[in-house]
Amino acid sequence: MARITAGVTTSHVPAIAAAIDLGKQQQPYWAPIFKGFEFSRKWMAEHKPDVAILIYNDHASAFDATIFPTFAIGCADEFESADEGWGRRPVPLVKGNSDFACHIAQSLILDEFDMTVVNQMDVDHGLTVPLNLLFGDLKPEDQWPCEVIPFPINVVQYPPPTGKRCFALGRALRKAVESYPEDLKVVVFGTGGMSHQLQGTRAGLINKEWDKKFLDGLTQDPIGLTKKAHLEYVREAGSEGIELVMWLAMRGALNDNVKEVYRFYHVPCSNTALGHIILENQPS
Amino acid sequence: MSDKQLSPYLNEFEDIPGTLVFNTFRSRQGFNLNQFCMSLMKPENREKFKANEAEYLKPWKLTAAQATAVLKRDYLAMMQNGGNIYFLSKLFSTDGFPYLVAVATMTGMSQEQYSNMMLAGGRNPKGVRSKSNPDL
Repeated sequence: MARITAGVTTSHVPAIAAAIDLGKQQQPYWAPIFKGFEFSRKWMAEHKPDVAILIYNDHASAFDATIFPTFAIGCADEFESADEGWGRRPVPLVKGNSDFACHIAQSLILDEFDMTVVNQMDVDHGLTVPLNLLFGDLKPEDQWPCEVIPFPINVVQYPPPTGKRCFALGRALRKAVESYPEDLKVVVFGTGGMSHQLQGTRAGLINKEWDKKFLDGLTQDPIGLTKKAHLEYVREAGSEGIELVMWLAMRGALNDNVKEVYRFYHVPCSNTALGHIILENQPS
Repeated sequence: MSDKQLSPYLNEFEDIPGTLVFNTFRSRQGFNLNQFCMSLMKPENREKFKANEAEYLKPWKLTAAQATAVLKRDYLAMMQNGGNIYFLSKLFSTDGFPYLVAVATMTGMSQEQYSNMMLAGGRNPKGVRSKSNPDL
């Protein structure tokens, strides 16, 4: 039986992609950020998942303005890094797990989450930056150490799904994983956030107090977090802080009882408050 | 975007200062602008655009305000005319600028002032939570 052993959240700031691709990791601005992931990379190398289900949002890369799927799942065998206007990132090809992804899609749809099934798409910084942060600065000739199932959620066009709906989706995702017969160790990623606003005269908003409470709540009281309205996310964490609903999808896929093994929070990373947490599933 | 069309859900966001939530109405308004930006994901299109920007824009049927905003790289005006930052990112990436630079231009601050604000911990939410209640 496939099983979810841990959840990871991390911001997926595109400037991190540029820092890696241009070799700026040791520069004073970037060094503390990469240092914040040293433990995480070691933890991941020891944890050795077979599959990462990576919840992120597409940033107008695979999906243009013609379509905004609320919940989608990548069922292809492989996914290329998208050209977001500065060329494709020099990272390894992302290998999927088509059979497992198709099983998850079917299970979720029959469980009344009406997924968009994607058989071909490129993946942008929303997916490749978290892979870098947890697996290392790999080159195109390398291989990511596990299979990756891309799981895009719309947080670009309002309304995005509610945090409560994302959490329920996570619950259904766990059921889908646990009903797959193959013995696979799965880590679920919830990415994006934390507080940031990339537009308007209010751009640059950061709310450390709110972010810290969100991190605390993610471990200890996720149900409490599901009660937050979109308005609160935008008011308190900025128009792009809404990405944090994706962290609740990850949290829903874990047991109620989790162990927080690591946390990192850093301001600024470009326009953004960078947040990262690792939660290990404990027996429920 | 007519205010009359806004549902109570969408209207609540209008109370947040300096913020243009990309709702379904703005998505309609900005469709051609955003699709033009998507075309810049191909290197050959970036080259064509750089060679003659005004000519490249013609088939995209932008409004006059959208076209002027693109040519002037007025990101706030692009947002006000239905643009979304993730689409617009293809334009500033074509110019070789990161998000930090493009985003700063919308704030009325200089690049240096904006960068310094971010290094000092970002924009404090106090006073910019609500138009109707500036004390929040």
